Amino acid sequence: MQASVRPVLSVNLPPIATSASARETPEALSMRMTISKLNFFYGAKQTLFDVSMGIAVNKVTSLIGPSGCGKSTLLRTFNRMYETVRGARLDGEILLDGQNILGQDVTSLRRRVGMVFQRPNPFPKSIFENVAYGLKINGSKLPISEAVEKSLRHAALWDEVKDHLHKSAYELSGGQQQRLCIARALAVEPEVLLLDEPCSALDPISTAKIEELLVQLKDICTITIVTHNMQQAARVSDFTAFLLTGQLIEFRPTPQLFTTPGDPRTEAYITGRFG
Amino acid sequence: MSPRLRWRKFVSGFMLTMTGVCALVAVSVLFLILGYLAIHGGASINWNFFTKLPVPVGETGGGLANAILGSAKMLLLATIFGVPIGFFGAIYLAEFSTGSIAFVVRYAADLLNGVPSIVIGIFAYSLVVQPFKHYSTLAGGFALGLMMIPITLRSTEEFLRGVPNPLREAAMALGASKWKTIATVIVPAAYRGILTAILLAFARVAGETAPLLFTALGNQFWSPGWTHPTASLPVMIYTYALAPYDDWHRQAWAAGLVLLVLILVINIVARAILSRGIAVPRS
Repeated sequence: MQASVRPVLSVNLPPIATSASARETPEALSMRMTISKLNFFYGAKQTLFDVSMGIAVNKVTSLIGPSGCGKSTLLRTFNRMYETVRGARLDGEILLDGQNILGQDVTSLRRRVGMVFQRPNPFPKSIFENVAYGLKINGSKLPISEAVEKSLRHAALWDEVKDHLHKSAYELSGGQQQRLCIARALAVEPEVLLLDEPCSALDPISTAKIEELLVQLKDICTITIVTHNMQQAARVSDFTAFLLTGQLIEFRPTPQLFTTPGDPRTEAYITGRFG
Repeated sequence: MSPRLRWRKFVSGFMLTMTGVCALVAVSVLFLILGYLAIHGGASINWNFFTKLPVPVGETGGGLANAILGSAKMLLLATIFGVPIGFFGAIYLAEFSTGSIAFVVRYAADLLNGVPSIVIGIFAYSLVVQPFKHYSTLAGGFALGLMMIPITLRSTEEFLRGVPNPLREAAMALGASKWKTIATVIVPAAYRGILTAILLAFARVAGETAPLLFTALGNQFWSPGWTHPTASLPVMIYTYALAPYDDWHRQAWAAGLVLLVLILVINIVARAILSRGIAVPRS
């Protein structure tokens, strides 16, 4: 099933995903999430226009585009985090495993769709408590300390912190804190992990570690990452969506998008002529 | 040196001296009061002062144990009554309300904070004392509690607002409901500040006299119960200081010293709690 993802996408999506072609969503089976005809508004201001795309199972999908293009907004619709902003509203359809997320209970949705933010935001608690948090509030039946160890291993942080799990999370470096946030999100075993420019506050070495980690994490969940760094998108992702002024300009397998962009605007952006 | 430069140097020196002197005066008032209280009241502070009842005029010795207990009881009541209202009100203000409701609540709290304490006293008198036809410890605690509400509310709100937004997002993104986010992340992150706010509100009302004059009244003996008048330190100071007996004056000074030291200790403890490593880094 996974092997079929690439051909499906390239066949179904024309080079330029304009609103006219948005009806042709990729085959639902290989998609963890399917977004169709998504329009998004902050008050009277529309920030996303007719976006349709799919997030493929166990792949990394990246959203790129210049500042203000709507890529973070799009990401924040996937777990309905946009709802914390007053006056935010959307129409369209977002399916997770074939079910519209808009009608679901938001807390259970967010347990299934985890999120990591731009700046590391660990709680003012111990390393252990940070990772255990999601399990505790969801009343998980799993043995907590085992789950914590597992998540920290997945986040490639276990060896660095195993001897001081009860120290404050703020004693970790920025890169470690971000991996801790990834571990915290993984602890509740989400199906999808959303990352909103997770490396923008980190140094190159920490960034490299996180990128390496993302590629490994594909095996256990589906990943969507927003990045302003095109090289990062090229390095870690299987599919890349290019957004500009709230519109999805192009959505294709990453190598194709970067080598043979189908839209002059994509080409202009990836060759650094703007943005 | 040109006359202009000399003038500027003079002005600069004058202003520096003046601001320095003002700062010194501001600080020294506290130490003057402390010193004055210590000189006049220090000698009367002994074991009896804390354990014995007041004695009739003419006899020496005796203490203000009933006033100390009375103050403690009313402060306990005030805390039980005022702190929860202030605390939950602050949570509503900081986490739920926006726009005009928040403005009205905040403004009302600030006004309530500025209401003269004697007015609070009259209010408590008409609300609690008159219907029960009895001055009481309850009424005194109620009046002090009313005063604690706005202080607790506004400062707790400030500390809750100080919790960085990304922490709220982190909790919500893990599937925490609004209430769970508040209870498990926001309040714990702000608890040091909140505790400090409560202590400061406590210290603020500990020395209030006016609201107690019409509510707890005063008592020369042990108060027989919560529904009866009780002595309190501030009212004792008031009564004793006005009386024409030297021995009472000394007792009043001593009571003042005890009260001031109590308030100082609370303030110092509050600062210590607050400075012991704020857990959340400000971004």
